[in-house]
Amino acid sequence: MAKKNRTQKQEANEQRAAAETQEDKCLVSPVHEARPSRKKAPARNKKAILVTGAAGVLAQETIARLSPKYKIIAVDFRRAVEIGEDIVSYKVDFMKRSLEDVFRQHDFHAVIHLGRIGTMAHGGFLRYNANVIGTTKLFDLCVKYGINQVQVLSSFFVYGASAYNPALLDEDTPLKASDLTLDLIDSVELENLSNIYMYKYPELHMTILRPCNIAGPGIRNNIGRLLSSRSVPVLWGFNPVMQFIHVKDMADAIVLAYEKNSPGVYNVAPEDWIAYQDVLRRCRIRGVPIPSIPPVLPRFLSRALGWKAFPSYLINYFKYPTIIDGGKFARTFGFKPQRSLEEIFTHYRELKKKAYL
Amino acid sequence: MDKTKLLQKIFVTKEVEQILSQIPKEVGSYGYDPWGFKWESAKIGLGLLKFLYDNYFRVTARGLENIPPQGRVLVIPNHSGQLPFDGALVGIALATNPNGPRAPRAMIERFFPTVPFVGNLLNEVGAVIGDPVNCIRMLQREEAVIVFPEGVRGSGKLFKFRYQLQRFGHGFMHIAMEYNTPIVPVGVVGCEETMPSLANIAPLAKMLGLPYVPVTVPFPLPAKVILNFGKPMYFEGDIDSEEGVKKRVEEVKNAIRDLIAKGLEERKGVF
Repeated sequence: MAKKNRTQKQEANEQRAAAETQEDKCLVSPVHEARPSRKKAPARNKKAILVTGAAGVLAQETIARLSPKYKIIAVDFRRAVEIGEDIVSYKVDFMKRSLEDVFRQHDFHAVIHLGRIGTMAHGGFLRYNANVIGTTKLFDLCVKYGINQVQVLSSFFVYGASAYNPALLDEDTPLKASDLTLDLIDSVELENLSNIYMYKYPELHMTILRPCNIAGPGIRNNIGRLLSSRSVPVLWGFNPVMQFIHVKDMADAIVLAYEKNSPGVYNVAPEDWIAYQDVLRRCRIRGVPIPSIPPVLPRFLSRALGWKAFPSYLINYFKYPTIIDGGKFARTFGFKPQRSLEEIFTHYRELKKKAYL
Repeated sequence: MDKTKLLQKIFVTKEVEQILSQIPKEVGSYGYDPWGFKWESAKIGLGLLKFLYDNYFRVTARGLENIPPQGRVLVIPNHSGQLPFDGALVGIALATNPNGPRAPRAMIERFFPTVPFVGNLLNEVGAVIGDPVNCIRMLQREEAVIVFPEGVRGSGKLFKFRYQLQRFGHGFMHIAMEYNTPIVPVGVVGCEETMPSLANIAPLAKMLGLPYVPVTVPFPLPAKVILNFGKPMYFEGDIDSEEGVKKRVEEVKNAIRDLIAKGLEERKGVF
């Protein structure tokens, strides 16, 4: 097995060398919609990192922190992103063979996989294909091209929101999200897939991060949309405690996890908590009570009214708390978030003021 | 006026403020802890329950010096009275202990979080779902945790079985031994008479997803309550067998039986 891996790596290196030579000759990348605005000379001595999901704010914050020290290659399935002079950017569909061209062209040291199709976007089948099958292809390429470090962004959603959840769920807690809703199955499978590769290919030095709700400027995930709204549903009689991390703190956490390289699974959350309805008050959002029992009723309402920020399969996260323990990450990497909850909520308050003006 | 502020004005007396100011409690920037405890609600809850503790149930608490003023501790009382008033009154005794007040954390039945308003309300005043992980995490944070090892077997029992201890779960003993935690046994006398249950409407309970639906009075009766806190019990060493754990659980049950008997002897009348 080891011999086979070595052979694969040798082949990969040869292919990479050939690709580099070809790349030097021709600045037009073989990857569709590549943006060849790069200054190769200064970047040559730097370690190269592939960052996926480059169109997202979290990836851009991460890239901004990494780019002074590393050569960053940014990819996204949505578009080739304009990030900076020194950053090569591609539009890549993980399901297509062209993904390998990116690996052929660059000698990556690490892959930071932040790109996922969010729970609110596209149909379940497409999401599953992109998030699970696409990620399998990415991991296979990481193995084939001998990548030294792989970081995967997961989510606290994988634990599931249940009335019977204890607080401060640690990384060994079973992932029950798929028990509760099939819509989150891709999140759980992505985790399981990452875990398989983590143990099967220890040379990948895989790190899986499970952050709590990421919020802050530019974030367009479910919670970002919800906090940007003027009125949102509140389940009658339920007010779960929640956790939030500022997008800039999360970017710091990703960089720290890359630089300290301690493979494993980690929750990422601050030591601070607040109840949902308190969050709404502090972000100047009007909570509109909706019936909470029987459980099928709020799910029906969400589907019927097409609430994007309050989708039917995430309703339990607004009913029961899913509080994670970020202690292991904090201890291992010496991480302490620098931005308070108040800073996050102030952003959403200001956002509404600006919209009003 | 804001609803919370109004309730605070009514129930949060200077005495309550002073008691709470002495209780050390780690909370986040908005006054919450990971289990949903909230200072503002805890103040109101303590104020309201302190009023009932002093004036309605006229509680007499003895042996409060046995509760360690700091550090982890498991408080183990007998369970009775259909509604969790016993837990609330033991909690008030802990919070108002003149020898060193503690923020009480009571482990509650698993169905409470599914009940609208009730689950959140209980969490806000310090109660948490009775899961071993919760108990361990709170003990690791050096909290005082109230556990009723009888569970619904104790609280839902019929009046004819009053003051008869039901089967104890062993979980608390495993945790006490594994996490080196002293156990303070408590004998609760009086709560059995607050809501005497003549029968349990089991089919209705099943239909509503509740552990029991008692045939009882519509509101708690003002029975006088006596709480006897026993000396801390220490169970050290590794767990050798479940039989060994059972023997230790029996020691705690015996201690509680003695404390109940003492309370019944002291009691001059039910009301």
